[in-house]
Amino acid sequence: MSIMIKRASLGRSFRIQLRVIGALLMREIITRYGRHNIGFLWLFAEPMMFTLGVTALWMMADATHGSNLPITAFALTGYSSVLVWRNTVGRTTAAIMPNLSLMYHRNVRVIDIFASRIILEIVGAGASFVILTLFFLGIEWIIPPHDILKVIFGWAMLAWFGAGLALFLGALSERSEVIEKLWHPISYLLFPLSGAAFMVEWLPQQAQNVVLYLPMVHGVEILREGFFGSAVHAHYDMGYMAVCNLCLTLFGFAMERDISRRVEPE
Amino acid sequence: MIKLENIVKKYHTRAGSRTVLDHINLEVKRGEKVGILGRNGAGKSTLIRLMSGAELPTSGHIYRGMRLSWPLAFGGAFQGSLTGIDNLKFICRVYGADYRDKIAFVEEFSELGQYLREPIKKYSAGMRARLAFAISMSIEFDCFLIDEIVAVGDSRFHEKCNIELFEKRRDRSMILVSHDPGYIREHCDHAAVLIAGKLYSFDHIDEAFEFYDKSIAL
Repeated sequence: MSIMIKRASLGRSFRIQLRVIGALLMREIITRYGRHNIGFLWLFAEPMMFTLGVTALWMMADATHGSNLPITAFALTGYSSVLVWRNTVGRTTAAIMPNLSLMYHRNVRVIDIFASRIILEIVGAGASFVILTLFFLGIEWIIPPHDILKVIFGWAMLAWFGAGLALFLGALSERSEVIEKLWHPISYLLFPLSGAAFMVEWLPQQAQNVVLYLPMVHGVEILREGFFGSAVHAHYDMGYMAVCNLCLTLFGFAMERDISRRVEPE
Repeated sequence: MIKLENIVKKYHTRAGSRTVLDHINLEVKRGEKVGILGRNGAGKSTLIRLMSGAELPTSGHIYRGMRLSWPLAFGGAFQGSLTGIDNLKFICRVYGADYRDKIAFVEEFSELGQYLREPIKKYSAGMRARLAFAISMSIEFDCFLIDEIVAVGDSRFHEKCNIELFEKRRDRSMILVSHDPGYIREHCDHAAVLIAGKLYSFDHIDEAFEFYDKSIAL
C-alpha cells in the first residue's frame, strides 16, 4: 500500500488522554457540584462531614473498646480510609450511562470516564483527610502523626486499592446491573470489617486470621501505626496488599477493555 | 484519506447475534464527498459511528488519515445537564481547541442569546439543533460525517447551515448518510447504497439512484 498509515505515537496518545480526562474532570465538577453556594468545595466538604459526624458519634459512644487511643485520631484515620474505597466504587458503578452521549467523541473512552471519577474521589477523600488532620492539630485535639511517610504510604496503598476495586467493579457493573445493587449492602457490611473501627490486635486470633484476608485492613493498620507509633501493635503485610491491588488493577483493565468494545453511544 | 477494510459489525440482541454490517469496504479521499443511501434501519448510522470511532467494529480495520468529525446528527454528543457554553467548553477541551475564540461564533450563529447559559435539557428541539450545529462548526475537521442533517430548524436556519457547511467548507471531505436522494444528489460526488449489511459503491450518482430505486421497488 502506498499510503502512509500513521499510528498515533505513544506521546501523542498520552497527551490526548490527559486532555480528555481533564475535560471530563471539569464536566464532573460542574454537573456534580454546580456553581451555586460553595460549588466544588463540596468535593472536600462532603467527605469531611461524614468523618466529622462519625468522629462525633464515636466520641459520644466512647467507642475505642477500652483501648487508650485518642478517639478523634482513631475515627479520623478509620473513616478517611473507608471513604477512599467506598466512594470510588460508588462513582464508577453505572458511570457510563449518564456519559453515553459524550462517547460520540472518539477520544472519550470508558477508561477516561472511570479515571476522571476515580481521581475526583481520591482527591476529595485525600483533601478532606489532610484538612481535618490540620484542623484537629490546630485545635490540639490530636497530636502530630508519629511517622508521616508511613501514613502517606498507607493511604496511598488504600487509594490504589480503591482505584483498582473501582475499575474492576465499575467495568463489571456495565455487564450486569446486579453489581450496583449488590455493592450497597456489601460496602455496608465491609465497613465494620475493614479495620476502620478496630485494630486487628484487639480481635481473637481466629478473627484476626479471617479479617486479614481483606486487603484494606492492612492499609488501615499501617496508616495507624504511622499515626500512633508504638502505642499500637499493627498487623499488616504490604506485600499481600500490593498483590491484591495489582490483581484488581489488572483484572479491572482487562474487564474495561472488554466492555469498551461493547459500549454503544445512545 | 479514510479507508474501511472488511468492516463487520454484529450486535447482540435477545434473539442472538445480528449482523448489521457485513464486510464493508470504502475509500474516501481528501476533498471527496460521498453519499450513502439506505432505508431506515439499514445500518447507516452504525456505519457513520464506526467511521467516527465512537463505536468499534466487530472485525476489520479503519484507517483515518485525516481529522474526522464526530457524527453530526442532531441528537447525541451533548450533555443535557450542562449549559450550552459548558458543552462548548467540554468539546473544545476534548479536541484541544481554545473555547475563548469560539464563544462569539457560537453566540452569533446559534442565536440562542441568554439560553446559552442554561442547561440544554431546557432547550426545545430546534434550539438544541442550532447549538449542536454551531458547536460542530467551531472545531475544524478535514472530513465531516453527517447523519441526516436535513430536518434542522426553519428554512432560514437551514440555509445558514448549508452556507457554513457546503460553501465555506467546500474543500473538505464529507460523508453523508440519508434516505433522501435529493439531498445526496445536491451535495455529493459519489454515492453508495447500503442494503442488507452490504455496501454497493458507484462512481456515478445516477447509477446509485437507479440501484437504490430498484431495491426499494423490490
